[in-house]
Amino acid sequence: MEKVVTDQQIEILLNDLLEKYGYDFTGYTRASLKRRINRLFSLDKFPSFAEFRFRLRTDERYFARFIEEITVNVTEMFRDAGFFKTLKEEVLPVLATYPFIRIWHAGCSTGEEVYSTAIFLKEANLLHKSLLYATDLNPAVVSRAAKGMFPLHHLKQYSQNYHQAGGTAEFSSYYTAAYDHVIFSEELRSRMVFSTHNLVSESSFNQFQLVMCRNVLIYFDKELQGKVFALIDESLDPLGFLALGSKESMKMFPIVSRYRQVGKEKIWRKVT
Amino acid sequence: MEESYLEQRCVIIGGSAGSLQVVQHILNKLKPGFQLPVIIVLHRKTDHTSGLTDVFNYRSTLPVKEAEDKEIINPGTAYVAPADYHLLIEKDLSFSLDGSEKVHYSRPSIDVSFDAASEAFGAGLIGVLLSGANADGTKGLEIIRAKGGISIVQNPASAQVPFMPKHAIESGVAGLVMTAEEISEYLNLL
Ligand SMILES: C[S@@+](CC[C@H](N)C(=O)[O-])C[C@H]1O[C@@H](n2cnc3c(N)ncnc32)[C@H](O)[C@@H]1O
Repeated sequence: MEKVVTDQQIEILLNDLLEKYGYDFTGYTRASLKRRINRLFSLDKFPSFAEFRFRLRTDERYFARFIEEITVNVTEMFRDAGFFKTLKEEVLPVLATYPFIRIWHAGCSTGEEVYSTAIFLKEANLLHKSLLYATDLNPAVVSRAAKGMFPLHHLKQYSQNYHQAGGTAEFSSYYTAAYDHVIFSEELRSRMVFSTHNLVSESSFNQFQLVMCRNVLIYFDKELQGKVFALIDESLDPLGFLALGSKESMKMFPIVSRYRQVGKEKIWRKVT
Repeated sequence: MEESYLEQRCVIIGGSAGSLQVVQHILNKLKPGFQLPVIIVLHRKTDHTSGLTDVFNYRSTLPVKEAEDKEIINPGTAYVAPADYHLLIEKDLSFSLDGSEKVHYSRPSIDVSFDAASEAFGAGLIGVLLSGANADGTKGLEIIRAKGGISIVQNPASAQVPFMPKHAIESGVAGLVMTAEEISEYLNLL
């Protein structure tokens, strides 16, 4: 927690990242970014900022580590059970009316949210006609998500979340345990597509009936949030749904006038 | 000198086990028209902040609300950190939330918020650490003091769970040691 990298130096780094690697973090909120950068700086025991900067500029492998460590990838299955309950009860029945369902998990991290959604799709008998696109800026988490392997010691919590969200099956029927991990079934995985995608710099790549972008926008400043809302809006079908994290909202953005909130969860439906 | 004179001021309170009534007491005793923002960071088991703000609002002099992401910090308002996120303060004196790993087994963590608040408010920050069974907050007070802010620790003898204030005092980061009574009197003189 010692402050070694100053505010000014952070700006220098952000500029380097943009110039050298084309990654733009300038729209990220500074307090969180500063914590993460300082954490990495002390973790990797750099004697000076100059050396940190040099390493980052010249060593691509270190840049990869930087991305991994700077992004916040904390997630869980059926995070916010109330949200998943509403998804199951209010959103999936509407999606069921489509011949083919496309869902985008923007900022999917290690994939827990994607597998959770796939489980509810399967239970609603919709999985076979659904495709879940899972993307993240951080390539390391995307490849972990694609494996569908999660640490065994989290499963008790996940199973509780699942039942709280209204899941009624035996949760363990969806995975097989192997040593200290579990692997989710091939049936779930076969309906998923994984890829890196940067919400800051890349454009819309498909049309979706549901976009989940949860616990990503809190790391962005208002201006960048507005840009991402525009990108998501462009990627949503006319009557599509947008799901945000429990502390995120579109209420401060003009775009909200074209959306209607679904219940009291952070789900909005495009209405025009 | 001039700069610190112009410094914005803010009170930030951190507490864990046994701190709820103390926070309530302080909020009830603040005088009408109290001008500083008050930020409250509490460890707790339930994930419902709304219940907590209701409890505080019942008798609080200041309006109490949950701190929202990107919300501008207003004077004369008390903000409660939402459950399961770290509460950060930006240089433009707005809040931002962060879901990164727990610190001292806690999210929100007192250290994390004290640190961020002292970056934003500098010498204008008054940090108050209350009852608890955790080492969270000590590091935060150290940072607040290093930036010229004021560090207040609840008198362990008056704390339901003395570990947390005691830890801060033994680490030498307590500027003032006070009972709940004295804390509210002190804040009213600011
Ligand atoms: C806290 S996780 C959210 C995981 C999941 N959606 C949830 O709510 O539990 C946030 C994710 O956003 C990703 N992220 C951050 N900036 C991004 C960007 N510009 N484009 C795409 N993903 C980004 C991070 O790498 C991280 O994995």
